[in-house]
Amino acid sequence: MSNSPLLQVSDLIVEFPTRSGVLRPVDRVGFDVRAGEIVGLVGESGAGKSMCGSAIIGLIDRPGRISGGEIRLNGERIDNLPEERLRHIRGKRIAMVFQDPLTSLNPLMTVGQQLIQTIRTHLPLSANDARARAIGLLEEVGIPAAAARIDAYPHQFSGGMRQRVVIALALAAEPELIIADEPTTALDVSVQAQIMALLKRLCRERGTAVILITHDMGVIAETTDRVAVLYAGRIAEIGPTRNVLSTPSHPYTVGLMASTPSTTGSLHTLSQIPGSMPNLRAIPKGCAFNARCGKAFSPCFQDIPVLEPVEGSEVACWLYDPAYQNTKETSGASE
Amino acid sequence: MSGDTPLIQARDLSAVFDVSKPWLNRMLAMEQKRFLTAVDTVDFDIPKGKTFALVGESGSGKSTIGRMIVGLQKPTTGQVLIDGQNLFSITNEKQKLAMRRRIQMIFQSPYASLNPRWRVKHIIGEPVRAFNLLPSGEIDKRVEELLDQVGLAKSDGEKFPHEFSGGQRQRIAIARALASNPEFIVCDEPTSALDVSVQSQVLNLMKALQRELGLTYLFISHDLSVIRYMADQIGVLYLGRLVEVADRDTLFDNPRHPYTRMLMDAAPHIDAFGRTAEIVSGEIPDPINKPSGCSFHPRCELTADQCRRERPEVRVFGPEKARVACHLCTA
Amino acid sequence: MDTQIPKGASARPEFKETVAKTTWQRWAQSDIWHSYKSSPVIIVSSLTFAVLVLGAIFSPLLSPYTPFDPSSLNLMNGFTKPMTANEFTGDYFLLGTDDQGRDVLSTILFGLRISLFVGVVAVLFAMTLGVVLGLLSGYVGGWIDGVIMRIADIQMTFPSIMVAMLLYGIGKGLIPPDLRDEMAIWVLIISIGLSEWVQFARTVRGATLVERQKEYVQAGHLIGLTRWSIMLRHILPNVTGPILVIATISLALAIIAEATLSFLGVGAPKTQPSLGTLINVGRQYILSGEWWILLFPSLTLLALALSVNLFGDWLRDVLNPKLR
Repeated sequence: MSNSPLLQVSDLIVEFPTRSGVLRPVDRVGFDVRAGEIVGLVGESGAGKSMCGSAIIGLIDRPGRISGGEIRLNGERIDNLPEERLRHIRGKRIAMVFQDPLTSLNPLMTVGQQLIQTIRTHLPLSANDARARAIGLLEEVGIPAAAARIDAYPHQFSGGMRQRVVIALALAAEPELIIADEPTTALDVSVQAQIMALLKRLCRERGTAVILITHDMGVIAETTDRVAVLYAGRIAEIGPTRNVLSTPSHPYTVGLMASTPSTTGSLHTLSQIPGSMPNLRAIPKGCAFNARCGKAFSPCFQDIPVLEPVEGSEVACWLYDPAYQNTKETSGASE
Repeated sequence: MSGDTPLIQARDLSAVFDVSKPWLNRMLAMEQKRFLTAVDTVDFDIPKGKTFALVGESGSGKSTIGRMIVGLQKPTTGQVLIDGQNLFSITNEKQKLAMRRRIQMIFQSPYASLNPRWRVKHIIGEPVRAFNLLPSGEIDKRVEELLDQVGLAKSDGEKFPHEFSGGQRQRIAIARALASNPEFIVCDEPTSALDVSVQSQVLNLMKALQRELGLTYLFISHDLSVIRYMADQIGVLYLGRLVEVADRDTLFDNPRHPYTRMLMDAAPHIDAFGRTAEIVSGEIPDPINKPSGCSFHPRCELTADQCRRERPEVRVFGPEKARVACHLCTA
Repeated sequence: MDTQIPKGASARPEFKETVAKTTWQRWAQSDIWHSYKSSPVIIVSSLTFAVLVLGAIFSPLLSPYTPFDPSSLNLMNGFTKPMTANEFTGDYFLLGTDDQGRDVLSTILFGLRISLFVGVVAVLFAMTLGVVLGLLSGYVGGWIDGVIMRIADIQMTFPSIMVAMLLYGIGKGLIPPDLRDEMAIWVLIISIGLSEWVQFARTVRGATLVERQKEYVQAGHLIGLTRWSIMLRHILPNVTGPILVIATISLALAIIAEATLSFLGVGAPKTQPSLGTLINVGRQYILSGEWWILLFPSLTLLALALSVNLFGDWLRDVLNPKLR
């Protein structure tokens, strides 16, 4: 892939001023998304993964703001655009799918009205053409008897079908990028499998890029091409999904994989990472993971590590820093 | 039942809810009364010291079964036997209290399950007080012991629930459940609100406590991977019926019911890169209007004529004595 | 090791580690205190209310005269203007006197005492009744809920002042004539209290319906707690926020209701005049030029009702973050 990426996020910082100080839920996050690629943002609650998604689409609630870094869509900066121009990008070029389909659908409008409205806001189509397109979209996301069901209200659909409608809405203006924030968390496993298969198919057929935000390692493994593991607002490890999950390098990723139970493979005692994700108000100095890390040594308590290439991925951990390659083996975990 | 009886026996449990509209609305709309069979003749045993797990998707009735087993809800028909004694036929208040002490529950939400206005030491000490287990002077000491047992600091007793993370709150909930020295604990999705790294802490703690205290668990979850980690025996529920009951290894090595196979295939695998699960058609039907015959037949890969007409009875298969409710299951 | 240049050093905001807090620290760091500090209107209104309450409590000490002791009254002092000495007796009255020569400042302080007493006790009565009925209604449900809520619905269709007047009339009728003046205050309290309980009951019922679904309540069932124990020890502490808000707003309403009844002459008797009675007396002299007899009690009532109301509104906003 030599062509330039569709979305470039670099050194993104999101800050929330509060009474007791400035919180930073996203701290110097950077990654690229290429056309047709599915990139996963994975992390536990408080890792800042949803906030990254909101920042990209320009939907951070006040008083939060992007206070550093850049977001570029096809080379054009979009993080500092005025609200009016941002609205053109939102929906038209970047669409969003949320966890709860009910909150993204208007209960008082039929599914068709909502689709047609979205289509005609972004595309110059007549009412009839827009309706035909809406039916086409519903068929594409796998809603049976779409021509009949287009005039139904959201509550007349089941949970899985509603999420399909939301995806149809997201596709309405043929966006280049879809941000899906925990799209299947509220659904049963069998329906989750259907929705993930749908996202993958659309991505392949239309060349739409997807940023998939989730806490579920299994979904990440089966769906994404590349993944960024977030911890306390920073990327701990980023790289091709197979690489990151099967040979994790960052102690946090290692711990996360070893503590995830599986339905296949040998049964062994799950390892556990002590403690929990630090509160944004009490992030430790140095590497945010230091208090929970079995391999922490002196630099981890001093300075924040930056991403360095390690075996095909990029890892933010002092263990892999050339300057410490020798010291860690001798003094290692004892410190 | 020769030899020792299992600690917990659920006998033909059913729960039927009246979901009709109010009387006047029903009259005006000329509607019949509507009933929802949330749990349909469910039958299982849990031997002492073992973990029986119920797995199912939404509408499977798994939580309702949990509530019936602890006595929070009366079954419409059927019995819950604890040590051979029918939980719902005890009339003597003293015996009822003595029975309650032996059964406890851990809930799903680490937020709603602790009273936000109470200090942690009062929350954990309450069962001790309610069952009159210790003189009031010794309760604080017992609370400290319990906090220690679940991996919290003794000084944490002075704090309020909102000062803890989700995982720590679940530890507090476990400490409260242990406070009355129960033999049997129903765990209703105890980790589904927790992050993975914290989930493994709680699961390991529950396993350790089971070993130390000889506890018996009924473990309810929608997550097959968690069930596999915790359970000795597993019951798979679909729309209120147990479609398959088997030992853990039997179930995972040789799932006999098509629904069990579907669940296992649909669950995302952390090592199956790029896999697309075989897509099952349809979603869980409306539990008020269940499909005829076998309720799974509209989504089933096999489906014969018989499946549409007749409800399959439970049959026993193989040397492992797996119990399966499917017409087409042969071995 | 120290030679390494910190690569990723970014100025991440730092916070002090939080340890176990004392009750006082909890309060000092709370949103409520912060919101209070940053809202001048609320500081002024709560101070106004505090001054009025202190004035009412210490009225016997603060009053320059004893207005309801007939022996100390001098009819010659009648209709003295504010801040001037009486032309016959030379006595000085800050806010003037009324027709009987009573010091207006002193009557206001005593009237305030009556108004506040009636208001507070009526609200406490309404609160107790409403909270108990609301808890029962929400927690037990069934026909008990039906009966209580239908009574509430019926009562809500009448203006509460009308309900109070009706109850006051019935109360008066039941009491023997020679006890009427003595009992008048208590009849007033019960009438106003009975007309205000519905708000409490409805709010508490709603909050109880939410709380009873929560798992900590089920955990209470599991250890065999009684209904009352669950209602009072578990649910009640969790519905105090809304109760507090309604109590404050009801206090303003109760004070106004009392003043209205007294103004209409069916409330506090002339021997124990409240602010409403004083306004009623003052009303007779507005056209003859003795404006102070009406103006000062009215301003006091306004300050009292307004400060309580503003405080209640603020409390509702602080305790209900969804409104912000």
